[in-house]
Parts: sequence; C-alpha cells; structure tokens
Amino acid sequence: MFDDLRDLYQEVILDHGKNPRNFRRPDEFTVEALGNNPLCGDALVVYLSMDDEKRITDIAFQGHGCAISMASASIMSELLKGMSVNEAEALYKAFHDICTGEKEADDVLVDFGVETAERLHMLSGVREFPMRVKCATLPWHTLDAAVQGEQEVSTE
Amino acid sequence: MNAMGSMMTSKAGDNSLQAFDVARIREDFPVLKQEVYGRPLVYLDNGASAQKPLAVINAMKAAMDTCYSNVHRGVHYMSQRSTEAYEGTRETIARFLNARSSNEIVFTRNATEGINLVANSYGRKFLNAGDEIIISHMEHHANIVPWQLLRDQIGIELKVVPIDDDGNLDMQAYADMLGPKTKVVAMTHISNALGTIVAIKEVIDMAHEAGAVAIVDGCQSVPHTAVDVQDLDADFFVFAPHKLYGPTGVGVLYGKEDLLNDMPPWQGGGDMIMSVSFEKTTYQNAPLRFEAGTPPIVEAIGLGAAIDYVSAIGMDNIAAHEEGLLHYATSKLSGIQGLKIIGQAKEKAAIISFIMDAAHPHDIGTIIDRAGVAVRTGHHCAHPVMDRYGIAATARASFGLYNTMEEVDALAYAIGAVQEMFS
Repeated sequence: MFDDLRDLYQEVILDHGKNPRNFRRPDEFTVEALGNNPLCGDALVVYLSMDDEKRITDIAFQGHGCAISMASASIMSELLKGMSVNEAEALYKAFHDICTGEKEADDVLVDFGVETAERLHMLSGVREFPMRVKCATLPWHTLDAAVQGEQEVSTE
Repeated sequence: MNAMGSMMTSKAGDNSLQAFDVARIREDFPVLKQEVYGRPLVYLDNGASAQKPLAVINAMKAAMDTCYSNVHRGVHYMSQRSTEAYEGTRETIARFLNARSSNEIVFTRNATEGINLVANSYGRKFLNAGDEIIISHMEHHANIVPWQLLRDQIGIELKVVPIDDDGNLDMQAYADMLGPKTKVVAMTHISNALGTIVAIKEVIDMAHEAGAVAIVDGCQSVPHTAVDVQDLDADFFVFAPHKLYGPTGVGVLYGKEDLLNDMPPWQGGGDMIMSVSFEKTTYQNAPLRFEAGTPPIVEAIGLGAAIDYVSAIGMDNIAAHEEGLLHYATSKLSGIQGLKIIGQAKEKAAIISFIMDAAHPHDIGTIIDRAGVAVRTGHHCAHPVMDRYGIAATARASFGLYNTMEEVDALAYAIGAVQEMFS
C-alpha cells in the first residue's frame, strides 16, 4: 500500500512540505500573483523580483495547501532563482508536460542540468495520482501568471 | 452493536429492526464487492453521493427494456406505461415525505435546481427590495448563491444565523434576526460539512410566526432519517435522490400546493403549458407548471425504486444503524492523537469532518484512498463553514446504510498510515 505513496511522498517532498523554503513576503518585489484551486481551497501568492535584464533576483511565496503544493512551490522557488524569465517560462512549460506525462524529467537535463531534472522528477510522482496533478502545478501556474502580468489564476 | 453480527439468520424481505443485517444489505450493492488497489472498497463518501442497489439499477434497466417512451405525450401503449411509471414515482415520493398530494412534488434536475426554482419563481414574485432572507452559517453553496443572485437582482438583504464552535445553530440569534421584514428562511436540515442536525421544526415554526415561508435543504436528512413535511410544516423542501441511493440527473422539490400554484413558471417550454398562442400562453397547475421540457424519466423511475428500497428497510432502522456507526467512529477517531473533529453539535448525523496536525486533508485523502477508503476532502461546497473554523478544508467521512463497524476500523487504520507517512 505504501510503495506508490512513497513515490509521491518522498522524504524531500515531505521536508519541503513541512518546512517550505522562501516562504515569506519580500519587502520589495516586481510582480506578484495569486493562485487558487477553487476545488480544494489551496491558495498561494508568488512574489517575483526581477532586474532590468529580466533575471529573477528573488522569488518567494506565501499561502496554504497540501504537502504537494507547498513542496512544489518551495522547490520551484529554489530552482528559479537566478534564471532569466524566459528560462523560467521554459521550465514551467517543461514541468507542466512532465506532470501530464507528455515529457520525461530527463528531457530538461541538457538545458537545465542534472539537479533540476532530479528535482522535477521527484515532483512528478503526481503522475500516478491524476487528482493531485493540479496540486503540483498550481505554484507554477501562479508564477506564469505573475510573469504574464495577470494578478490571479485558478486551476481546478 | 454486537447485535448486528448475531442477526445473520434473517430472511429475505424481513427488514425489521431486529433483523437489520448489514451483511445482507451489502449484497444488494454490486459496487461494494469491488476491490480498489487490491483492498476492499470502504466507501465513506455517501454525503457526496451514495452507491446504488440492484433494485435501482434493475428498475432503470427494466424501464428502458420494457416501457421507455416520452411521458404525457402519446396515446400509445409505451407512452402510457412510461407516464404511469413516472407519475407513480411522484406518488411514491409524496407518500415517502407524507405530502398531502403528489401535486406537491416537482421533479427537477437536482436539489440545487429546486432551490433556484424557489428563489427565482417565489422570490421574484413575492419579495421586494428591503425584504430579508435568513440562512445559516452552515449552508451548502447551493443554499447561499441562489439567494445572493436574487439579492443582486431585486435588492433584498441576506442575513446569516451564526453557529457556535461545536457547530450548533444559535437559536437565540435566529430569534433576534426574525422580524417583519423576514420573508424567507432557507435552512439546511443537516449540515453536509459538520453533520449538525438543525432543530428544523422549531426553525420553521419561528419563521411562520414571523410571517415568513421556510425552505428546507434536506439533501443530508432524507437519506438518513424519516422526514414528514406535514409534521415539519415546511413550505418548500428539496432533496437529492442520488444521495438516497437513487440516480443522478433528477432532484425533488416539495412545495405546498397553494404556494406552488401562486408561483409563476420559472422555465418555459413543452409540458408546462395549458395552451399556447403567439398572443397568450396559459400554464398548467403545479407540478407540471415547473417541469418544462422532457423530464428525467428513467431517473425518476430509478428514484422510485430507491425509495421503495429504503422504505422496505425502514428509515428509522437506517437512522439507528447510522447512529451506531457515528458513535463508534466518533470514539475511535477521537482517540487518535493529532486528529480534531470539526463539528461536534449536540445533535449529529453520521458525518465526521476532521483535520490532522500531521497532514493536509488532501494528503489524508490520497493516502487513505490507497488503503481503499474513500472520503471527501476539501471545502464541501461550504466555504463559510471552513472560514468559521479558520481552515481551508477538512477530510470527511460520511456513512450510509451499508457501512459497517469494520469499515470504521479500516478508516482508523488508514489514518494511522497517514501519521506514519508524515511522522
């Protein structure tokens, strides 16, 4: 009973879920967006700071949700810091496709490196739990909304 | 509850209290024989929708096998039989709710549509700007949003009766809220999110004293307890057949006949008219006035079978069985450290909402699902209830007539797995 659950709830995920990194509202930020999953009530705000060259200098979030959505937001915040907005958008799209099974985590290896691929692979355990894919992708959709200049996004 | 185990000798059709044999009842529900993830299915999401007994499945199949046709339209044999079966269900429902007449039973698409019907038809005709509607803090969205839409259209005011920390309705606050401006009291009979049983007869009496009509959301009460609309003196009462072991796609609105006949149609179309010309159309009396278009014929017939099924077992027997489950599950879950039951009203139905320190409700739901246990997780279409307790979601186990003490044990065991996973 635990085997596939352990794939979903790996130690790293549980750790990020319990102690999310960058869980704060920065004093200053460039853009923010609110992400909602009206179906389950998960909600989070992503704060993004960018420099003149559209490089992400800081990324943080606040909100509430299940272990999966919190861990995904936390890991996302660690992965994206220092990336250009275009790279972040490319990774968002790749992660989306990984979660829906259209791509494998290995596909981002060349562009983003081993560590990023491993992190995304970890989060992609939701593939076996279709009802939970939205939990993992909500923070990333919210990031995308912030970049696109939308203030609110919802997934259900 | 040992009594249940010792009643294995009951005969088919003998469903007296002494013979409430849950093992035999389970035989009536094919889906319960199923395994999920290699474990027996433990279905504890009856508050969302209940499983269907063979009696319902067979009745719907038989309707399509033998007498399917549109109703109220043809003189041919099939149409007559179909109409008889459809209207026969209306009679069955009237008896089941103890309505005065089957003219008081309106078929809708679902319970939500019944409330929308009253809000739109009764509300628009009889309510004016400044009038007040009273609801409770523990309504399902279906008994909030239709009134908000009406409020925004005609300028009425919506008042909300608070609940206490245990989920009891504040009757004093309700009494204070009632006044000459109160025109409608729309209240749940049993809260879907908390399990609270509202003293609905008292609520209705007080509404009437203030000169208001009362509409009751009976979605969670009708499957679990005997309801007598005349005894309650409800003006309107809705319930959801799919929670009563019947099919989806059909809902029931009970309304007092004189009220229904004073109300304008809500939707227009075929079947609801007396005569139509381009200058003037006259309408049927209730209930057909409110049944525009082809109704859910097969579904209504299935509902009739569901009512026959639970009636044969006896609503009082079902209520007693579920009360046993509630007490056992409450004591079992209360003993789990880090688990908190949300909603501990004095009068409760077999619904247990809970949260855990260790895990978010969705994680609870996913993990116990792999143990074969189906519960609802989320806000239960009752955002204001979640806000009242400062939470976003709960996990909810809701019991039905086929659930067993062993299934409560399975739930508790699965919750143990959640703790283990998140420890």
